[in-house]
Amino acid sequence: MEVSYFAIIIGAIFVNNVVLAQFLGICPFLGVSSKVETSLGMGAAVTFVMALTAVVAWPLQQLLALWHIEYMQTIVFILVIAALVQMVEIILKKMSPSLYQALGIFLPLITTNCAVLGVAILMIQKEFNLLQSVTYSVATALGFALALVLFAGIRERLEFEDVPKAFRGVPVALVTAGILAMAFMGFSGLV
Amino acid sequence: MRKEDKMNKLNIISSGILKNNPTFVLVLGMCPTLGTTTSAANGMGMGLATMAVLIMSNIVISLVKNIIPDKVRIPAFIVIIASFVTIIEMLMKAYVPALYASLGVFIPLIVVNCIILGRAEAFASKNSALDSMLDGVGIGLGFTLSLTVIGAVRELLGSGAIFGHALGLDYVSEAGDKLSYMPLTFVLAPGAFLVLGFLMVLFNKLAKK
Amino acid sequence: MVAVLLGITLVASAGVGAVYMITKEPIAQADAQAKVEALTKVLPSFETTTSDVLTIDDMPITVYTATNAGAVAGYAVETMSKNGFGGAISLMVGFTPEGEVVNVSVLKQAETPGLGTKMADEDNVLLASIQGQRLEEKKLVDGRLAVKKDGGDVDALTAATISSRAYVDAINRAWMAYRSAATGVAATDTASGATQQNLNEEGGQNE
Repeated sequence: MEVSYFAIIIGAIFVNNVVLAQFLGICPFLGVSSKVETSLGMGAAVTFVMALTAVVAWPLQQLLALWHIEYMQTIVFILVIAALVQMVEIILKKMSPSLYQALGIFLPLITTNCAVLGVAILMIQKEFNLLQSVTYSVATALGFALALVLFAGIRERLEFEDVPKAFRGVPVALVTAGILAMAFMGFSGLV
Repeated sequence: MRKEDKMNKLNIISSGILKNNPTFVLVLGMCPTLGTTTSAANGMGMGLATMAVLIMSNIVISLVKNIIPDKVRIPAFIVIIASFVTIIEMLMKAYVPALYASLGVFIPLIVVNCIILGRAEAFASKNSALDSMLDGVGIGLGFTLSLTVIGAVRELLGSGAIFGHALGLDYVSEAGDKLSYMPLTFVLAPGAFLVLGFLMVLFNKLAKK
Repeated sequence: MVAVLLGITLVASAGVGAVYMITKEPIAQADAQAKVEALTKVLPSFETTTSDVLTIDDMPITVYTATNAGAVAGYAVETMSKNGFGGAISLMVGFTPEGEVVNVSVLKQAETPGLGTKMADEDNVLLASIQGQRLEEKKLVDGRLAVKKDGGDVDALTAATISSRAYVDAINRAWMAYRSAATGVAATDTASGATQQNLNEEGGQNE
């Protein structure tokens, strides 16, 4: 049974949005996204790392399956992600200081972004091939960036509103996210 | 053990439940908090699994803290935590397969739960094994309680049941479909954000008094 | 520094490996237990089962032939679909020797709680549409069972069309496997043809 690439992309960005429907990557969603500009930076950094993770993790999983040690998946994947993030940081610093300036502060946060590990595990569970896995990872990351940017836009406006004291900070952000999630549920008929 | 020592140990546990409640005060580990609390039983299962990993990783990390060079501290912690997560995952698969199936991808994701790495950094790498264990118990209990409460509220509002016991709030539609009077939204994604948001407001209000 | 990290990784891996060895048997037992329970639920009473693995649409489909004192008591098919809302679903579908659907047990699903998960409930509309009936007497679309939205006559779950379609998709595959087991004709509509490997197994005991 062939899963079409179009279905994977639309599904990952809108229908099963990684933040608003699957609850992965909530920490950066709540922590970083108070400005549209930083949200874009974070989104770009996550997209980059997720695509790389898919390219590295997929062949590794085939090796694990070959040696019948699939149970080592979690340990191997988290180490791969941590190492990748470190490498990207070092390379960026050397090659493109301006890009490093823009993305640098987000990179250490990505290791503990559960969206990255979550997507790596999910793409294996869904039995995607390499190209499908990369497509799925990039689309998921774009969905993450979309949610982050939309949310930041709303929060920039919220700053000027008179929010009740007990709601200030995280609670009002969560309620806003709830309403945003309701809007995204409207996409569920798409695929 | 002297009396004030005993008080001190109790304090470690109780601060994890109230003053340093990981969900409502520290706002850590949000992904499993939102993702697994579709029912009280699921929330509790997730909380207990996380607590088990937290206690074991806290003990081991505080025991080996002196032989780990500072530079490779974080990768070493991650390896230790990932190993315990894998162990818990296999134990759950063997002995509670139904719960394992309903928690799904969030079990391996305990690895990236900021609570665990956070406690390793902030507490276990500075304190004795006993204190670290108590810290794990306290924070773990706080997390489990929060998740159970959120799960119970969502289950009650969304599917009209408490711990899987239906309260009979169903009716049969003209098409012969069995539907509930309760708004399902609370079990779905938006409800997770809304319930957590409002519970946090409630916790803030009560904590101020 | 590197040596310490390597040492920790080695010790940790050894620990994980040890637990793997210990839990391997219980995990296999838990799986087998779940399978026996599903078989008992979807079949009339039986004594032993033999199983056959077919490949339909590149997916492994297992047919359990249940016998009672030498006579065939029914067929149970462990079937799956990859089209669920939350990934693959797998079902155990029981047929009488005449082809009536006895019952369906959902073995694995990751659908939306409260919507698609209803497929696992007792007396849900999907099951009610096919239970106790012969599938060839249903309203078929191109020889396959379909939900009302697609021209068939299977009631779909409210607000869970994708999950319902996946369920029906899995049932269709089970039906195909049943026909090939009951009539001896290889499953039709397959990409690779049926590859049969006999895996005679001791089945579950029924009271």
